[in-house]
Amino acid sequence: MKRKILSVLLAGTMAATLLTGCGSGNNNAASDDKGTESNETEDTNGEDAGTEGTDETEGTEGTDEAEGSGDAADQTLKVAALESGYGADMWTKIAEAFEASHPGVKVELTVDKKLEDVISGNMRAGDYPDVVHLATGREAGLTETLTKEKGLLPLTDVLDMKVPGEDVTVKEKVIPGFLDTLGTNPYPGDDNTYYAPMFYSPCGLFYNAGLLKEKGWDVPTTWDEMWALGDKAKAEGIALFTYPTTGYFDAFTYALLASSGGAEFYNKCMTYEDGIWESPEATKVFELIGKLAEYTESTTVANANDEGFTKNQQLILDNKAIFCPNGTWLVGEMAEAPRAEGFEWGFMAVPAVNAGEKGSSFTFFEQMWIPAQAANQDMAKEFVAYMYSDEAAKIFAESAAIQPIVGISDTLEGDNKMFYSIYDNGATAVMGGFAATTPVEGVSMKDTLFETVNSIVSGDKTVAEWQAAVEEVSDQLRGAME
Amino acid sequence: MKKSKARSVFIGVCVAPAVILFVIFMLIPTFNIFKMSLYKWGGFSNTKEFIGLNNFKTLLADEKFLRTFQNSILLVVCVTVITISFSLIFAAIISREKIKGENFFRIIFYIPNILSIVIISAIFSAIYDPTNGLLNSVLGIFRGDKDPILWLGDQKIVIFSLVIALVWQAIGYYMVMYMASMASIPASIYESADLEGANHIQQFFSITLPLIWTNIRTTLSFFVISTINLSFQLVKVLTNGGPDGATDVFLSYMYNQAYTNSSYGYGMAIGVVVFLFSFGLAAIISFVTKREPLEF
Repeated sequence: MKRKILSVLLAGTMAATLLTGCGSGNNNAASDDKGTESNETEDTNGEDAGTEGTDETEGTEGTDEAEGSGDAADQTLKVAALESGYGADMWTKIAEAFEASHPGVKVELTVDKKLEDVISGNMRAGDYPDVVHLATGREAGLTETLTKEKGLLPLTDVLDMKVPGEDVTVKEKVIPGFLDTLGTNPYPGDDNTYYAPMFYSPCGLFYNAGLLKEKGWDVPTTWDEMWALGDKAKAEGIALFTYPTTGYFDAFTYALLASSGGAEFYNKCMTYEDGIWESPEATKVFELIGKLAEYTESTTVANANDEGFTKNQQLILDNKAIFCPNGTWLVGEMAEAPRAEGFEWGFMAVPAVNAGEKGSSFTFFEQMWIPAQAANQDMAKEFVAYMYSDEAAKIFAESAAIQPIVGISDTLEGDNKMFYSIYDNGATAVMGGFAATTPVEGVSMKDTLFETVNSIVSGDKTVAEWQAAVEEVSDQLRGAME
Repeated sequence: MKKSKARSVFIGVCVAPAVILFVIFMLIPTFNIFKMSLYKWGGFSNTKEFIGLNNFKTLLADEKFLRTFQNSILLVVCVTVITISFSLIFAAIISREKIKGENFFRIIFYIPNILSIVIISAIFSAIYDPTNGLLNSVLGIFRGDKDPILWLGDQKIVIFSLVIALVWQAIGYYMVMYMASMASIPASIYESADLEGANHIQQFFSITLPLIWTNIRTTLSFFVISTINLSFQLVKVLTNGGPDGATDVFLSYMYNQAYTNSSYGYGMAIGVVVFLFSFGLAAIISFVTKREPLEF
């Protein structure tokens, strides 16, 4: 009997410990909830204070800053950054440099290739990082989700802050044009900046310069020359065009749209204006891509997925295709791959859609933002401002990440000089993607506009069907824009 | 009296941990999915809006969802039918016929099942490669230098490319299950059948199949569940739903909607449909295949 009582007791304690385990979890969650509530109240205060601050003291930022660093004693700043092609090391160095210049601040760094998976769980539970470096256009769409849900802190007052350790404001340091588009101010009609532009890189057409030289073919500068080259190459069994995945059509299509109809037209496309996708300017772009599909290497579609996209890029190295749309990371990505003899990378802007105009290139940049629920917003803003200091830019540049700072292109060397000089050679810079809308169930502009290219190349859909579908999606999203 | 009360307390205490865990990790999340499917919510903010059954209404009119549904059903049906026939045949051959290297085949067939689906994707990505792939190279012997078949690029073929990969990885697992129950059939039955003059095919249909029927029924539910789950993983890594949505299955679509498209509530509505569908299908299969169990 005694033994039985003992075993019941033991089993009881087991169950009880289980319960307490779960129970404490619940308690945590509850306190987290409270945390977020208090954060929320704080953040509205913070916002008010912030805007007041800028209103009051345009010129006396210095004192503000001094206060900031005075408060800095023993603060912990939680920074979450995506480990992209540039590697994770630079973030460690940045954190160290920031800690050194801001005594008492401890930077708690989370760097991961799949950052969304690491931070989103805690975020759902109310535990937000203070600063997040994560671009839009990623598959998990965390940045877009927070944007659509109005979960970002406006950074407009950061622009007027002095760059830590320097005597210029952030706004003066950022290259003009970078802060005027939907790429940093995602809500049309709201002039506030929500994303800080980071690491820019021009996107355009990469080509096989070695092959062109070997065959004695000129680099085409217009689409007519492009088609002529395509026919010549086809005769020798070489395809004019390939693409890694349809995702790369974003920068390419944006550049074509801006080139076809100009900046204003481009913004109308990005804000889903009624009928804009059926306008003559848009039609030109659709038809151009439709024609390009005929010149696309025949196995491209089969490899246009995450598992096989490097095989498409390899086509360029193997002299089997000439052009592919990409960003500056391509050279590094394919650095180890075998290549045809005499191979050389070439890089150019997307040729102009209208005869006689200059080419265009979409400027891709990543984004840094502060969640509206961040606990440590003042220090977070200081950190964002610090990103534009010469010190930080130098650390980033060592990993080939180029900050959009005035005068930075003069300091570049090697391949990078070639890439970043395309704007100096007259190409029009295009920036900013689609406007943020509240989510519309089952409707995605990116799927419809870019993923369909696979069907155009394989002949499963016609250009007219594609265009009509894009206009329909645009109609649906227009209603969801605020 | 006192003793039986103590006994039920003891049983209760022993069962409690499992029940509690089940409630916390199964029942509550499932309930939450059903609840979330009634909201419009992006997944993060506190702006949840109750919209009743609107998500389900949108779902019914969503052509892309219907396409993913078709793809999923096609996969479940093809994978089940092909895998079950192959694994039954192989199991019968390996366990009944005296062939050389029986254990060797057992291992060979089982290996794909140990591999993670990511590795399987990489293997099949290489097999399906249009220019250097194993499949096109072999077919090239017969077809000559015609245009290569785009196993992952042709929208009419690509879903069957997935079927092949899924069947390949599933056969070994089910074969081992069928062999286990075939082994328990007494040899004397086969001996008497031999004496009666029944050949091996007749023995298979009249003895083996009826006697392992309960096992086959169980595996049918496994087929439904595992195909739905594995097809998501395979699609996610191998094709990501492409080209142009031709291989989207409903779980990959659910993922896209819940995360990429920031429609968490809508994603959960898809989850509810998948939940009900797989439960329903498993129930129907189990009902249709019900037979009086035979004993030996």
